[in-house]
Amino acid sequence: MTTAAERPALKAKERPGDRIFSTSTIVSGSLILAILAAVAVFLLVQSLPALIADPEEFKGDATNFWQYVGPLAFGTLWAAFLALLMAVPIAIGIALFISHYAPRKLAQGLGYLIDLLAAVPSVVFGLWGIGVLAPLVQPFYTNLVEWFGWFPLFAGPVSGTGRTTLTVAIVLAVMVLPIITALSREIFLQTPVLYEEASLALGATRWEMITMAVLPFGRAGIISASMLGLGRALGETMAVAMVLSPSRDVIFQLLTSQNPTTIAANIALNFPEANGVGVNILLATGLILFVITLVVNMIARVIINRRKAFSGAN
Amino acid sequence: MSLTTTATAAPLTNSLTAGKLPRHSPLAVLLASWLVTGSFFLVLMLSGATEGFNAVGTLFFGTIVYGIAIYLLSYFVEGVRKAKDRLVTALVTVAFVVALLPLFSLVFTTLVNGLPAFLTPSFFTQSQRNVVGEGGGALHAVIGTLLITGVATLISVPIGLLSAIYLTEYGRGRLARAITFFVDVMTGIPSIVAGLFAFALFSLLFNDPGIRFGFGGAVALTVLMIPVVVRSSEEMLKLVPNELREAAYALGVPKWLTILKVVLPTSLAGIVTGIMISISRVIGETAPLLIISGFTASMNYDLFNERMMTLPVFVYTQYANQGADTQAYLDRAWAGALTLILIVMLLNLGARIIAKLFSPKLGR
Repeated sequence: MTTAAERPALKAKERPGDRIFSTSTIVSGSLILAILAAVAVFLLVQSLPALIADPEEFKGDATNFWQYVGPLAFGTLWAAFLALLMAVPIAIGIALFISHYAPRKLAQGLGYLIDLLAAVPSVVFGLWGIGVLAPLVQPFYTNLVEWFGWFPLFAGPVSGTGRTTLTVAIVLAVMVLPIITALSREIFLQTPVLYEEASLALGATRWEMITMAVLPFGRAGIISASMLGLGRALGETMAVAMVLSPSRDVIFQLLTSQNPTTIAANIALNFPEANGVGVNILLATGLILFVITLVVNMIARVIINRRKAFSGAN
Repeated sequence: MSLTTTATAAPLTNSLTAGKLPRHSPLAVLLASWLVTGSFFLVLMLSGATEGFNAVGTLFFGTIVYGIAIYLLSYFVEGVRKAKDRLVTALVTVAFVVALLPLFSLVFTTLVNGLPAFLTPSFFTQSQRNVVGEGGGALHAVIGTLLITGVATLISVPIGLLSAIYLTEYGRGRLARAITFFVDVMTGIPSIVAGLFAFALFSLLFNDPGIRFGFGGAVALTVLMIPVVVRSSEEMLKLVPNELREAAYALGVPKWLTILKVVLPTSLAGIVTGIMISISRVIGETAPLLIISGFTASMNYDLFNERMMTLPVFVYTQYANQGADTQAYLDRAWAGALTLILIVMLLNLGARIIAKLFSPKLGR
C-alpha cells in the first residue's frame, strides 16, 4: 500500500480530442435523463389547470378531474389485464417451443416470424381488429352470452358489432405477444445446459426437465417480461381507439356494447377537437398514464436487473 | 420364470424401444383425428345441418381430439409421465401456430384489401387535396412520413450513439447506471405520452394552445427512438473484442481515436442494423403524430409550419372520417396500411441482411 502511494499514478496525456469526445458522450447521456425529466415536468405543468378546472369542462357526468380519470384508468387496467391473461400462457408456450421444442435449424427463423408481429404498426392492428376480428368473433359472442350469460363477465345484451372489451383484449394480446415471447425466449435459452442435461440423464421427460430446470430458472424473467408487456398494453392507443365502441363507465361485462375506454384511446379520440381547458384535462390523463406505465416498467426493470446480478448472465 | 421368458424373447425385441409409441405415431394420430372430425362435419353437411363444409371446425376440434387421443394412447402404452410430455408438446406447438394465425390473417387481408388502391397510379403521385370520394393519393402522407422520420433519425442517432459510447467506453458509477436504467424505462413510454410531451413543450414555448406542426412530431418520435438506438448500439459496441482496443492503446492511439477508428468501424454493421430497426419501430407510430402533427389533405414540405400528414395518420383518418363513398376511403386506408407494412418489412429485412453480410467475423 505504501509503495502504491509513493509511486505517482501513470496517467495518459489528456488530449483536447479526448476531452471533447468524452464530454460530448457525457452530455448526450445526460441529455437522455434530461428528456425523461422534461417529459414529466412539461406534462405536469400543463396538467395543473385540469386539477382546478370548472366542473362543466368535463365531458360526461364527472365533476372533478379524479372522477373523470377514474373510469378511464379502470378501463386501461382492465383491458391490459385481460390481454395479459391471454398473452402470457401463449407467449410462454411459444418461447418454450422456439427454445426447446422446435428443430434447431428452424428455431431462429421461427423467432423472426414472431418478431415480425412486433413490427406491424398499431394502426394496422386497429384496421384488422375492426375489419376482420370483430365480425369474426361476433357470432361466438352471441353463443357465449346465450350459454354462459349466467356468468357475470359474459352477461348480455350482446354487442351486435363485436367491438367489445374482449375483442380489444384479444388485439392487445396479439400485440404484446412478441415482446413477452422475445424476452422469455432469451431467458429460457440462458438456462445452464448442465441442469437440463442432468435432469434428462436422470430419466426426466422433456416436460419434467422444463418444469424442474427451465421454468424455475426463468421465473423472474417471465414476470418481468409480462410486466413489460403490461406496459405496452397499457399505453396502446390506436388499436383500442379504433376497435372499441367506448363509454366512460366502470363496466366489467366483456361482451356488451357498453365498454370502458382507456386513457390513451380517450386522448386520441378527443384531442383533435379539444380546446381550452379540455386540452389540459387530456394532458393530465396522459400524465396519469405516464406515471402508471413508468411504475410498471421500473418494477419490471428492477426485477430483471436483480436477476442479472444473481445469475451472472450477460 | 421371468428370467427364462426374457432369455427367449431377447433376440426379437429391442428393450430400448419397448413400451414406446412408434416414431411417427403423433403425426398419424393427428391426421386420424382430423379425418374423424372431418367425416363428422361431412355427415353434418350431407344431412343438411350446416351449409358447406366446416373446415375451421374440422381443424379446431380435430386438434382437440388429437390432444385427448395422444394422451390416452401414450398413457396406456408409455405411462403417465410420457403422456403428460406428449400433451405438453402438443399444447406448445398449438400455442405457436395460434400466434401465427393473426400474423397471416393480417398480412393476407392487408394485401387483398390494399392492393387495388395501392396499384392505382395516383396513389403515389397525388395528395388528397380537394378529393371527395374516389381518387387522390397518399403522396402528402408519404412525404410527411419521410420528412418527420428523417428528422427524428437525424436527432436521435447522434444522441443515442454517443450515449451508447459513453455507456460502453467511459461510463462507470452512478451516472452510467442511472442512464442504463432510465433508458430501459424509457423504452416503455407509451407513444401517446411522447406526443403529449411534444405538444406540452411547444405549446408552452410558442404560447399557442392549438399548435400543430411537423417538427413537433419529429421531437415526439425522437423520445421514442433514442432508447432503442442506445440499447441496440450498446449491445453492438459490447461485442467488439477488448483485444482490439488494447492493441490500439499499445500503439499509442488516443482513446477517442481508438473509438472512432477501431471500435465504431468494427461494429458499424450492427449499429446500422439497430438504427434501421429503430426507424421501423417509429415509422408506424400514429398516436403522437395525430396529436402534434395533426392531419391535412394537402402537401406540406415545411416542417415548421402548418399541419403535416403522415402515413399512419393517413390510414387512421381515412378510416375514421369516411365520406359518402365509404369504400373509396376504406380502400385508401388499407392501401396506406399495405405501404406501411411494406416499408417496415423492407427495413427489417434490410437490417437482417446487413447484419448477416457485414457483421465482423469473431473467429468462432
